[in-house]
This record gives sequence, structure tokens and C-alpha cells, in this order.
Amino acid sequence: MATAVRSRIRTLKIDGRDVSAREDETILELAEENGIFIPTLCRIEGLSLVGACRLCLVEVAGMNKLVPACLTYATEGMEVFTDSERLRNYRRMILELLFSEGNHICAICVSNGKCELQALAQRLGMDHVRFANLQQERLVDMTHERFVVDRNRCILCARCVRVCDEIEWAHTWDIKGRGVDARVITDLDTPWGESDTCTSCGKCVRVCPVGAIVEKGRAVGEMAKRHDFLPHLAKMREAKK
Amino acid sequence: MTKQIVIDPVTRIEGHSKITIQIDENGGVTDARFHVTQYRGFEKFIEGRPFYEMPGIMGRICGICTISHMLASAKATDRIMAVRVPETGHRLRQIINLASIIQSHALSFFHLSSPDFLLGMESDPAKRSIFGLMQMYPEVARDGIRLRRFGQEIIEWMAGKRLHPTWIVPGGVASPLEPEVRDRILATIPEIYVLLQRNLDWFKRKMEDYAQEIRTFGNFPTMFMGTITPKGELDLYDGHLRIVDDRGHMVEPSFKAQRYADYIGEAVEPWTFMKFPYYKPMGYPDGIYRVGPLARLNVIDSCGTPRADQEWAEFRQLDRRVVLSSFYYHYARLIECLYAVEKIEMMLDDPDILGKMVRANAGPNSEEGVGVTEAPRGTLIHHYRVDEQGRIVWANMIVSTTHNNMAMNRAVQQVAHRYVDGNKLTEGMLNRVEAVIRTFDPCLSCSTHAQNELPIQYELVGPHGEKLDEVTRG
Ligand code: SF4
Ligand code: FES
Repeated sequence: MATAVRSRIRTLKIDGRDVSAREDETILELAEENGIFIPTLCRIEGLSLVGACRLCLVEVAGMNKLVPACLTYATEGMEVFTDSERLRNYRRMILELLFSEGNHICAICVSNGKCELQALAQRLGMDHVRFANLQQERLVDMTHERFVVDRNRCILCARCVRVCDEIEWAHTWDIKGRGVDARVITDLDTPWGESDTCTSCGKCVRVCPVGAIVEKGRAVGEMAKRHDFLPHLAKMREAKK
Repeated sequence: MTKQIVIDPVTRIEGHSKITIQIDENGGVTDARFHVTQYRGFEKFIEGRPFYEMPGIMGRICGICTISHMLASAKATDRIMAVRVPETGHRLRQIINLASIIQSHALSFFHLSSPDFLLGMESDPAKRSIFGLMQMYPEVARDGIRLRRFGQEIIEWMAGKRLHPTWIVPGGVASPLEPEVRDRILATIPEIYVLLQRNLDWFKRKMEDYAQEIRTFGNFPTMFMGTITPKGELDLYDGHLRIVDDRGHMVEPSFKAQRYADYIGEAVEPWTFMKFPYYKPMGYPDGIYRVGPLARLNVIDSCGTPRADQEWAEFRQLDRRVVLSSFYYHYARLIECLYAVEKIEMMLDDPDILGKMVRANAGPNSEEGVGVTEAPRGTLIHHYRVDEQGRIVWANMIVSTTHNNMAMNRAVQQVAHRYVDGNKLTEGMLNRVEAVIRTFDPCLSCSTHAQNELPIQYELVGPHGEKLDEVTRG
């Protein structure tokens, strides 16, 4: 049977624990299956993987560099460490860099208390930011009738880009520019409200982990999001292909 | 040769400030100034933000008058949406505003100022605080804490959070009032009436001991500004503005708060971050006026609630025409608390207060919005302009304390002349200089220094900046 061939079993160690994995399983999936926490931000069930946020970095014995757990497959005899002083420092630093890059003042944000970035910062003990804020002026686009994108809060996880492309098949969102200049854009960097491709389905609102793409008119802490619709839709799309 | 005394920072007020006193060779006071040494730039960093975020952001200006800022801001955004707030939403906002005024007045009167009245202006500074009060006059200290909690609990029960609640939103409030919350508030009101009466009684008796302070604590002619109902009654949330002069004559009987800019100008001075608003037709500095509890009780024809009106009648007897001494701000605060409790009771007694329609929704429909309300310390103005998408392009705010800037400076001069003798730096006289500032209960930002915890420095500075003398306390 084809599936039987694909699902050959690997045995490896995570944090000293013996575990077995299918060969098409990533370290992240395997860890989750075994109740081991690895922080993630860009990964979202139902969409492709991009490895953009680097929060899921883990250590592998014999390798000098850290590898993203969401993109690394389990191999035979592998020894993975998901928690160490070095990793904790790295992860906190990544969060601090994200916070210093944009405007992440939770107290006045529509997503306060309902934000994946904030939740992670709390969980990983990021109690202050060591880097000066870049003070970038990024445009808030309020041209869409129902939604608004505040690029100051965007962490460039590309969830919006992926959901729009892979699920809605509209491909309204893209990322333009590199490094600190990178921005999410709609169509060819034209106002969202004038987009020909946007169907106003609202999927980008639901998957955006922070308060960057939100419904208009929400007051502080009023923007709750759910994306449990995604795996189901993803399966339907798979079947259509 | 002139010397300079610097009081930095001033204690038991909200925020950061400094007082300098200029002394001539003979130790006589030539000038005194009240400086605000912090700058906060809210008007600048909200540019480009969606208008509907304003109440949430503006609430952060201050931890004491959060509610006032949120309300003025929300009122400005109502205008930008061009909506009418549903009646129930409007009244719920009024109630939370009154609760906020009560908690703020309680803090000012009991925690920050009553140590001066009860323990004495010259008493040991280490004990002259709410903690000292607790030992000497535990019942007064307890009442202060109780009254403040009454206001804070209403805010907490209605809005879910005591500090920085997000319940006040553009178009109204986020959720209707629970019957159970109404009942809980109503049940505590009788006790609060008794408490207020008890404290009004001792304070009125105590005022007799302070004849000298009353004469010299910011006692000078100015105009007064406050908000009134169409009937000329006290209004702390919504209504037209009225300005009266030092003899109680109408200068502006009633003008739309939206048009504040036609009546109020703002001057700047290089030595302080705080602007100097003035009544435009009279120019700067002649257009000096005061706002806040004293001013409000001076401009109205009546309070509009029975208990407060009784006290108000007595209050108006204090002076021949209008009440000029800033010392009476304290008294006015207690009367306003009484009014606020009565008003809250009246509104909660109306079954419509439980109505479910509390919020109007809309996008930006107007390029400009002004929101004016009465904060504990006086008239508070928020003014925004937005682009066609609804992003803030310009903002102006005149906060209550700022209206009083000219008057506070004049008051400091008055007290310095009377009590400060440059050759002797006594703690008691410098405390009087600060005490006059506290009558205005200035809120210079967002932090509360409710205890006497900050070390305070006086500097005697010569004309070339050399330090001649120094006293530290706190
Ligand atoms: S807008 Fe939201 S979903 Fe899109 S890249 Fe930015 S943070 Fe991710
Ligand atoms: S979750 Fe793996 S890189 Fe973002």
C-alpha cells in the first residue's frame, strides 16, 4: 500500500525522550504529538509552511546551527533539544526584535488579550525589549469598507498571503521589499479598497496572528479571531486539486 | 543680586513640576513660576491612527482621569462618525463620568490635601500624608478611602476594569448595564450620603482656622468657565459652556463647546511645557480664567439636585459675588461629590438605564470632531481632524489643568509674596507654596504620587546659576 511505504517509522530522541515518527512528520508535529511545547508564529494548520518567524528553532545533536522545527523532518537516530538556555535566549530575542520593529503597544491595541504575539511574549517571559524601537512610519490602509490593515503591527508571518492564495485563490496579498522595508501589500501596492482581486472574504483577518489585519471600528481588545475553519477548508481545496 | 529658590519636584500632585522663586538681595520675592517639566506629545503620535482607536489611546494620558479623557475622546469620535449616541449609552457614560469625578475628588481632598488641613501646614512633613492622617484622624482617612473606592467600584463594575477600561467606545459604550450592578451601586449610596455630610461638617468648621490661607491662596479676580445644562444647572458631561467674570456677570452666557476655538486662545511661554489658554476677546494675559470645581459652582444658576443645592447656597454666601479664593476648590469638590452621588442615584432609579441600545456604529462621516466634557479638574477638550479614510491628521487637546495655568502661576506668586522670606528657607512656607498648587489639584500627567515619597529639593540659586543653599525633604 502506498501509504504504508510513505509512513516508514523513524526512531529518535526529543529532549532525551525516545519517540517514533513517520518519515513525513516534522519535528514540530512530532513534538506536539508528544506534548512537548515549541513556540510558533508563522505556522498555521491548513496552510503551507514558510519558516518565516524562526521561533520554532531547535537544537539537533551534531549540528552547529539551529533548525526550524516546522520545516525539519524527523530522521533516524536524530537527537533533538527543544529547550535550552540558548534557545530560550534566541526566542526571546526574536520576540524583542519583532516588538522593536513595529508598534506593538498592547494596551491600546484592538487585539489586546487576543493576540498570538502577546501570548507568546508572556509565555516565553519576554518582560522587556532591549532594542530601541525603529520608529518606522508604516501606512495604515483604511480604504477597505470593512477591514483595515495596520502595517505597524504586522510581523510579516505571511499568513495573509498564504490564506488568500492557497485557500481563497484570490492572491490579493503579497510582500514587497526586503529586510526592514518589507511590507504586506494588496494587489500591486494599491489601496486595498480599490483591489480588483479581493473578495472581502475576511480570511486574512481571521488568520492574522496580531492586530494588523482587523475589522474596522473595533475598540481596544475587541478583536477576537478564530481560525478553526482553516484545516477543513484546506482539505476541501486538496480534494479539488 | 537676585537669588532663586527652586522647589523640585512639587509633591502630592499628579505629574512632574517645579517651582522657582526669584529673590532679591533683601530676601524679598520678585517673581515666582510654576514650571511643568515633562512633555508628552500625544497630539503628535496619534497622527495616522484610525479615529476609532482614540478613546483607547487617549485614556492612557492619565491614570487618574482616564475616564475623562476617554469620554472627551469618544465624544469627538461620535462627531467624526456624525452619530447620536443612543440615550441609554449617553446616560451610562454620564454615570461613569460622575463616578470618575468622585474617585478623583476623593483622592485630591482626602489623600492629598486633608493632611494639610488636619495636621497643619507647618506640621512634620514626614507625617503630613495619608499615613499620618491614618494615625491621627483614622475616621477621616477611612472615609477618604471609602469614598474613592465607591467611585472606583462603580467604574469597575460597569466597565469591568478599574484602570484603563475599554468600555467607553466611539458611538456609546460597549455593553449595557447589568441589573445586578445597578442594584449593587444603589445599595451603597445611603452610606455615602452620610459619609459626605460628616466630612462637609468638619471641613466647614475647619475653614474658620484658615482665614489667612483663604485670603491669600489664589484669591484674586479672574473669570470662570464651566459647563451648564440648558437650564443653567451644573453639568459635568455635556452641555454648553458659560463664562462669568469676577463679579459674577455673564461674559458668555452660553456657547457651543464645539466652537471653543472662537473663544479660547492658547499662548506659549519658553520656560514651561504647559500652554496658557486665555479668553480670546480679552487677549493674553488679561483673558485669565479658572476652570474646575470652584469655577463650575461659580458659573451655574443651581446644581439641580436637592442636597447639593443646599450646600451650594451656603457656598455662594462665602463671597460677595462669586467665590474667588482658590482655597475653596476643596469645598467645591465635596459639593460636587454630593451632586454626583445624587445624580447617579437619579439616573439609576430610571428603569430605562437598563436599555440594550447603547452603541451607534458608523464609519467616518465628518472630517472634524470636537469632544468637550467636564473632567474632575475642569473643562477638557479633545479636537481631531481626519482624512477621508478616517485616519487622524491633526489633533489638539486642552486639558483641564492647562486652563488653570495662568491662575496657578498667579497663585504661586501671591503665596510666595505672603509667606516666603528668602533669607529663611522654612519647610512650612514652602509647603504653603505647594499647597496652593494643590488647591487646583493639577494633574500634570499620569502618575500619582499619593504619598510623600519623593524627596523634594529647594535650591537657592544666584544670578549666575551658582547654588547658594539647598534643602531636601521628603
Ligand atoms: S498582516 Fe498579519 S497575517 Fe499578514 S503578514 Fe502581517 S502579521 Fe502576518
Ligand atoms: S513556526 Fe517555524 S519558522 Fe515560524
